[in-house]
Amino acid sequence: MVSVLNMLLVVVLLLNLFVLGASRIRALIQAAALQGVLLGLMLVLVHEHLTVRVIIIGVATILIKGSVIPQILFKALREAQIKREIEPIIGFLPSILLGALGTAASIGLAARLPLGAGHAQLLIVPAAFSTIFTGFLLLTLRIKAITQVIGYLVLENGIFIFGLLLIEAVPFLVELGVLLDLFVGVFVISIIIHHINYQFASLDTRRLSTLKE
Amino acid sequence: MAVVLIIVPLLGAALAAVIRANRWRPWVLPPIALVHLVLTILVLSRPDQPVAGQWLELDQWLALDPPGRLVLLLLSVLFLICSFYSIGYLYYRMELSNRIFCVGQLFFLAATTLVVCSRHLGLMWVAMEATTLATAPLIYFNRTPRSIEATWKYLLVGSVGIALALLGSFFLAYAAVQKGVDPSLLFDSLLRNAPLLSKPWLHAAFVLLLVGYGTKMGLAPMHTWKPDAYGEAPGAVAMLLAGGVTSCAFLALLRVNQICLAAGEGAYTGRLLVFMGILSMAFAAVFMVGQRDFKRMLAYSSVEHMGILVLGIGIGGPAIFGALLHMINNGLTKGVLFLSAGNIHRSFGGKTVDEVQGAMRRLPISGTLFLLGFLAVTGSPPFGPFISEFTILRGAFGFGRYVVGGVFLFLLLVIFIGMGRTVLTVVQGRPAPGARRTAYREGWLTCLPIIVAFALVLLLGLYIPPPLDNMLKSAARFLEVRP
Repeated sequence: MVSVLNMLLVVVLLLNLFVLGASRIRALIQAAALQGVLLGLMLVLVHEHLTVRVIIIGVATILIKGSVIPQILFKALREAQIKREIEPIIGFLPSILLGALGTAASIGLAARLPLGAGHAQLLIVPAAFSTIFTGFLLLTLRIKAITQVIGYLVLENGIFIFGLLLIEAVPFLVELGVLLDLFVGVFVISIIIHHINYQFASLDTRRLSTLKE
Repeated sequence: MAVVLIIVPLLGAALAAVIRANRWRPWVLPPIALVHLVLTILVLSRPDQPVAGQWLELDQWLALDPPGRLVLLLLSVLFLICSFYSIGYLYYRMELSNRIFCVGQLFFLAATTLVVCSRHLGLMWVAMEATTLATAPLIYFNRTPRSIEATWKYLLVGSVGIALALLGSFFLAYAAVQKGVDPSLLFDSLLRNAPLLSKPWLHAAFVLLLVGYGTKMGLAPMHTWKPDAYGEAPGAVAMLLAGGVTSCAFLALLRVNQICLAAGEGAYTGRLLVFMGILSMAFAAVFMVGQRDFKRMLAYSSVEHMGILVLGIGIGGPAIFGALLHMINNGLTKGVLFLSAGNIHRSFGGKTVDEVQGAMRRLPISGTLFLLGFLAVTGSPPFGPFISEFTILRGAFGFGRYVVGGVFLFLLLVIFIGMGRTVLTVVQGRPAPGARRTAYREGWLTCLPIIVAFALVLLLGLYIPPPLDNMLKSAARFLEVRP
């Protein structure tokens, strides 16, 4: 069980590096969605006894993170008619290097933190830190509004990975609430993106700089 | 009862959504606000009654703690003031559909009430996120490119902040899991188990929760969304954000700080809170001097006052009472300022000192209230904020923290001078010959709510009614936990 879980977490870590190097936004959305699907699988895997409740949450996670949110983003993409993140603030190769450094730092940090019984041999904590860091990199180093939304989703994925350690402590309502908020948030954001596109004829957040000192 | 307090505004929102006449829709707001206030007073007058009832074990999740009572009262009063003003304001904006505006406001009331009543860290987080989603479309009301830009920043910065708060909540739970303590996120059980929690995880959790909820409060340096959002939102919305959302985020921070106090980490959190408080005041002072846009100036004033709030909590002792009183004073004073600034903006069609002069001559009531609001918010006697800021200062000097007290006073002075220049330019003199004049005229609905808010600010400066005093004292006692 532990080895399967760690294998999936390694895939998540590789996806982090992939999203930092990808320029096609379609690929970015697909990578974030794949992370979501893996999260749903891991959520079921960490439980020793399968209950109906666990399966419902796992399936809901896979559906929302892996299908509903990507569909909304694809729709926004079609309406905005953009395909690539052309001018990142920091190039793709340096971004990957930064991501790799971040992953190494995450493993070091996780080794220094006191972990609960049985948690030290899992990659959950380093994977969570690294994914959160990747989300921040996307949020700060990319300029297209839609890439920043994907950055936010990756950030949320990282937090969700950490939540795997505590799935027993966080009751049903909160789990659903987390997913619902994520869903509604992205929904609203994509409406805004649509309007940004309509008003600015571009999804470049650098144009969103009238309001400053 | 708490359930009813949340359901009533939701029903109102549903009603506002189905009404088709733009002219009549805003009239849904005042009755809902009145019912909410009456129910709030009923709940507050019976402190021992369980607020949720026994069904579904809800009373574990939903209950009113003493600081929550204060915030609930503030929210309800602010919303009532805002609801009447909104009718007057929307009368001048009939060209725009106000459906989203009314539904969003009522949804905001439900979400903030849920924040106040949550006794579960996760539920409170969900409710905080809901307040962001409820208010974002309100900032976008004017449908201008600038308002979209503001909404975008508000959503993105706010969502990242709230995501960090979620991570902080998880860390807090893990602090229990790692030590083999019951990992419940109910505040009562967290407070009980606080001394047993793992210290490194608790420290990390506090930093993340401070940054996360601090972003919602608008503490520097996470305040970047604030001038844009408050500057572009209609006055009524800016008032709800500056008095309502920020107070809810402050309440969240109070509850987290209380857990750390119970764990014996008061010295650690106190240092961080004092630092964030002074930093926010300093940022606000820098950006307020020479600010030409008076609505953005008010936003920086909000950053300043959020700094004062966390500073008071960081100092502790009598300053906690001061900070709680200041939360109420700040909410009401921001109501006066944002609503009167909204009227001035509406009449001149601009919000910079280049376009707006002589507001007192053209709008005698709003101009005067704007000036009085400025005096109140900068801590001049005899208004409410003077009393609360003085209490915080006395707390600082009482603990021998002369440097903190001295910096606090210095920054207040800089802000007074910086804000004064802008405000005096706006209200004094006569409108420039070429100044725009829109169809807006002062009326009862856009002026009386501001006068009511101002009367409350003045009242709190002269005399704190005994029931409120009791609520403040029991909240301060509740928050000052000693391990």
